[in-house]
Amino acid sequence: MVKKVQHPGVDTDVLLEWYRSMVFVRHFEEQAERSFRRGKVGGYLHLYIGQEAVAVGVLGAIRDDDIIFASYRDHAYVLLRGTDPGAVMAELYGKSTGLCKGKGGSMHLFDVQRGFYGGYGVVGGHLPLAVGAAYALRYDHGDRVCVCFLGDGAMNTGAFHEALNLAGLWGHAGLCPLVLVVENNQYGMGTSVPRSSAVPALASRFDAYDIPNEVCDGMDPQAVYDVVRRGVDEARRTGRPWAVETLTYRYAAHGAADLLQPYRAKSEVQEWRQRDPIAQTEQRLRHAGALDDAKVEAIAAEAERRVQEAVTFAEASPDPAPEELYTDVYGEARDGDR
Amino acid sequence: MPDLTYRDALKSTLVEEMDRDPRVLLMGEDIGVYGGTFLVTEGLLARYGPKRVIDTPISEAGFIGCGIGMAMLGLRPVIEVMTWNFSLIAADQIIQNAAKIRYFSGGQAGVPMVIRGPNGAGVQLSAQHSQALEALYGYFPGLYVAAPATPADARGLLRTAIRASDPVIFLENASLYGLRGEVPDGDYVVPFGRAAVARHGRDVTLVTHGRTLHMTLAAAAHLAADGVECDVIDLRTLRPLDMATVVESVRRTHRAVVIEDQGGLYGVAGEVMAGIYERAFDDLDAPVVRVSGEDVPMPYARTLELLAQPNEAKIVEAVRRTVA
Repeated sequence: MVKKVQHPGVDTDVLLEWYRSMVFVRHFEEQAERSFRRGKVGGYLHLYIGQEAVAVGVLGAIRDDDIIFASYRDHAYVLLRGTDPGAVMAELYGKSTGLCKGKGGSMHLFDVQRGFYGGYGVVGGHLPLAVGAAYALRYDHGDRVCVCFLGDGAMNTGAFHEALNLAGLWGHAGLCPLVLVVENNQYGMGTSVPRSSAVPALASRFDAYDIPNEVCDGMDPQAVYDVVRRGVDEARRTGRPWAVETLTYRYAAHGAADLLQPYRAKSEVQEWRQRDPIAQTEQRLRHAGALDDAKVEAIAAEAERRVQEAVTFAEASPDPAPEELYTDVYGEARDGDR
Repeated sequence: MPDLTYRDALKSTLVEEMDRDPRVLLMGEDIGVYGGTFLVTEGLLARYGPKRVIDTPISEAGFIGCGIGMAMLGLRPVIEVMTWNFSLIAADQIIQNAAKIRYFSGGQAGVPMVIRGPNGAGVQLSAQHSQALEALYGYFPGLYVAAPATPADARGLLRTAIRASDPVIFLENASLYGLRGEVPDGDYVVPFGRAAVARHGRDVTLVTHGRTLHMTLAAAAHLAADGVECDVIDLRTLRPLDMATVVESVRRTHRAVVIEDQGGLYGVAGEVMAGIYERAFDDLDAPVVRVSGEDVPMPYARTLELLAQPNEAKIVEAVRRTVA
């Protein structure tokens, strides 16, 4: 679970917890990729490696009863929300003990009890859902907010523009406490932002829908937290949507099957790695005297131990029972025989 | 039992369900200030206010997707589409999200939402405003598809739809809104998956749904004068599909004609025929025949439009071939 901060500004203890969280997410993702290469994980696997600071900064800024919608690159959010890593890994393995009983897989993680309303596989398709969910939160006069993570690619879909126009309209009535977090990782699959967006300054699009917006460094959890905390408080107070474009990068391929990556130079990946969120945070904590070699090693070892525990659990778990094929299609018994 | 139009049966049911459950809300294009293109929601904005009767911009993917998110959080949106033709803009939301979220979330989330509006042709609306989409939506597990043909079923099925746990494709028709009929009072409910026998007869089974029920009943009356007695089955819901009632009838009559408004290739009639052949083949005395719309986009000219659609005479002719 991501460490919460009760007041603006982040102290060393909190930063250390965030470091621990980011290391854990990265170890989990690296293991997921190994399991994919070994054929234990099927289908599509979208890894979060490189973007850890965004999820950590955002989840650190919201309350436990706030809710989240996300795209298919969704492992980090549930892990940071406090979901059992074993249940996440088991879902990747397609086992009965998985978060979604093995019916969703990597792209469709759900943990509704913890306010995580999914992982969606069609780019931009989840945006209207998040807008409607935000409306529902305010319909009952509550003060929860809905956080919607999206990628830069989603901003070129029709669903984005239709949904955000509605969000802006409903926000005027104080009925849309929505926090939009764009993770601009520079590529929609293999097509870069300048090659796909007529106006590459993506955050400016929110102006068209009267949604206040900011841009921040997505490689620094504290920078993400500082900006998002303001936005979350504002959305909670006003019932209006708010957006941030976080500038980040995925080192990993789009999906784990995207091996050659002809769309970008190795040097570009190396440049971004210089600003790695985990390495940067580690440096800062070393300067503050909160980390040394031994502690770094211990944190990595602990992360790896938890990940291996998750793998052991997933591997030991049974496949879904055949009768599970037919459950969860409808929520109630039905008449009719077809 | 009061005599109501199909439109008023829908509207009074919306009112009763909104009064009963504060989570029920309405959303769609021009449903509030304008009162709805077919006036089904007239007066409801004044009654419930803009938070529960939401006029939307022309953004089907947006507002239908929003309805899904609302439903996942426990509201019960009833969304009007101006015509089902426009639902295709939201096909990704309906098919990829609404229908599948319960399944891929392993049962953690559901989408109790109704989408309702006129389906199929009106009068000279031409190709982009006339499509009947029951076969398309009937294809997807996770959806319900209801098609009431009478004012009573409009009430009973809409009530079931609003109270259902999963998304309902609720298919009305422009020609039905003014139709009058007796509508049971009170908490009248028609469960999904139960066909109605609209007329009893021993010679041939006619299976249909929606608007074409009425021309089928007219054909049956015409044939009765010639001594041919038709068992007329109104499917009422297409998903779930009540094949048991159809098969039971065919076992008695040994003959069947299946009627649908459009379709043809890959249509509802084809599915019903397959069900009859799978389960009552040995009972048949003649091949099952279908009467569908012609296999063309809907034309504009009234003469061509009428040729493209089924009618009483086509049904009578098909039945005569079947019983010959």
